[in-house]
Amino acid sequence: MSNVLFDEPGPRARRRIRIATIAGAVVLLGLVALAVRQFAANGQLAADRWQPYATWPMWRYLLGGLWSTVLAAVVSAALSMAAGLALALGRLSRRPWVRMPSAAYVETVRTIPVLVLVYVVLFALPRYGLDLPLFWKLVVPLTVSNASLFAEVFRAGILSIERGQSEAGLAVGLTQGQTMRLIVLPQAARRVLPSIVSQSVGLLKDTSLGFVVSYAELLYSGKVLANYNGLLIQTYIVVALVYLVVNASLSKLARTLEARQPRRRLFRV
Amino acid sequence: MSAFLDHLPEFWQGLIVTLQLTAASFAGAAVVGLLIAAMRVSPVPVLRGIGTAYVETLQNLPLLVLLVLAVFGLPEIGLQAGLQVTATVVIALYEGAYIAEALRSGVNAVASGQGEAARALGLTFGQSLRHVVLPQALRTVIQPIGNIFIALTMNTSLAAAVGVVELTAAANRVNLLEAQPIPIFVGAGLAYAVVAACAGLVTGRLERRLAVVR
Repeated sequence: MSNVLFDEPGPRARRRIRIATIAGAVVLLGLVALAVRQFAANGQLAADRWQPYATWPMWRYLLGGLWSTVLAAVVSAALSMAAGLALALGRLSRRPWVRMPSAAYVETVRTIPVLVLVYVVLFALPRYGLDLPLFWKLVVPLTVSNASLFAEVFRAGILSIERGQSEAGLAVGLTQGQTMRLIVLPQAARRVLPSIVSQSVGLLKDTSLGFVVSYAELLYSGKVLANYNGLLIQTYIVVALVYLVVNASLSKLARTLEARQPRRRLFRV
Repeated sequence: MSAFLDHLPEFWQGLIVTLQLTAASFAGAAVVGLLIAAMRVSPVPVLRGIGTAYVETLQNLPLLVLLVLAVFGLPEIGLQAGLQVTATVVIALYEGAYIAEALRSGVNAVASGQGEAARALGLTFGQSLRHVVLPQALRTVIQPIGNIFIALTMNTSLAAAVGVVELTAAANRVNLLEAQPIPIFVGAGLAYAVVAACAGLVTGRLERRLAVVR
């Protein structure tokens, strides 16, 4: 494993690695022991405080929350990808009156926290007579903010396609639009796929703002459940584990897709 | 507009809290990120494993879940600190994972020939790190770290969801009093935009000044 920092370890380095391994393991076990002691000292390890999460009704409720999370994430991802593609094409357009507004949208929205957008939809729009259903109160702000992120991903992908490709398209007599649609976009789509998946992990994480909107997605369901059974830390740990499993699988998928990209293109969005 | 101007003190207070959260948690995140990145590039398998597990866990959990867990869950096991301190620590731990990844990719971006050449010249580990690897690694990560800083600034607004009265929460409170959402939220949004623009300006200048032309 020779790399930029180390050569193949010799006998002395191997001894040091062994010592560091043992020290690291001891510190890790110490931290775990400390955490367990803290849980035990406050009576949070008692079987009856964890028992509920071995029963189906609890899980049915949480999985219902997960379903709402996935629904919100999928709808919002589809909408923001469509909007993001339009914004990316707009930003690359030769017409200034298309390019400028697209660029302005992307640059502005990127610097506004999603929570501010959520508050706007929650508290500002109803005042102007626009009271959306709960689902859309979560999906609309997520879409508005993620569209700008997807736009940048798509733009980077389109720009990464070698100029020769679109020049060749134009040379055989395709129009600008045809070149984009038939030559550039299919290749760009394949290249940005890993980034799209990892951006979707971010979007799925953002759906936890349902907690603020009181849309019954996973985190809000956890809150309701914790208020009902009083098992605060247990519930939130279980909720966190569910998020972890779902998102880690998606991240793994992104890495697999990345690894399957053709080697010779040293490229990353 | 008057709704915004009448409540400038509240906004100012909120902005101060946001800036405190941002500065303190970025400093914390830098320390955490440095530690985790060092563990992930070390030749010790256990430390690499811990580093990888940390990054995987923290990057795949929503920040809001961590905040809720820390603010409402940890008191149950007898760990309780002030609201703002808890939020700062959680944001620092969360963003630390991202900084660690940026730093690690920076180190990996340095060609291995550079390190080999440094060692062939007889530089010690510390010297090759200080004179050869880190200067090149840090230059490539300025832009990513700047982006993480901006994302961190945006993320401090989530502290509002667990009760810290920072800029977003202050705007929301003023809006509940005044019911003039447009100037109030536009004002809050502008404040964030200014912070982000400053960060972008600084990283842009740093990058231009330190760029390595290859």
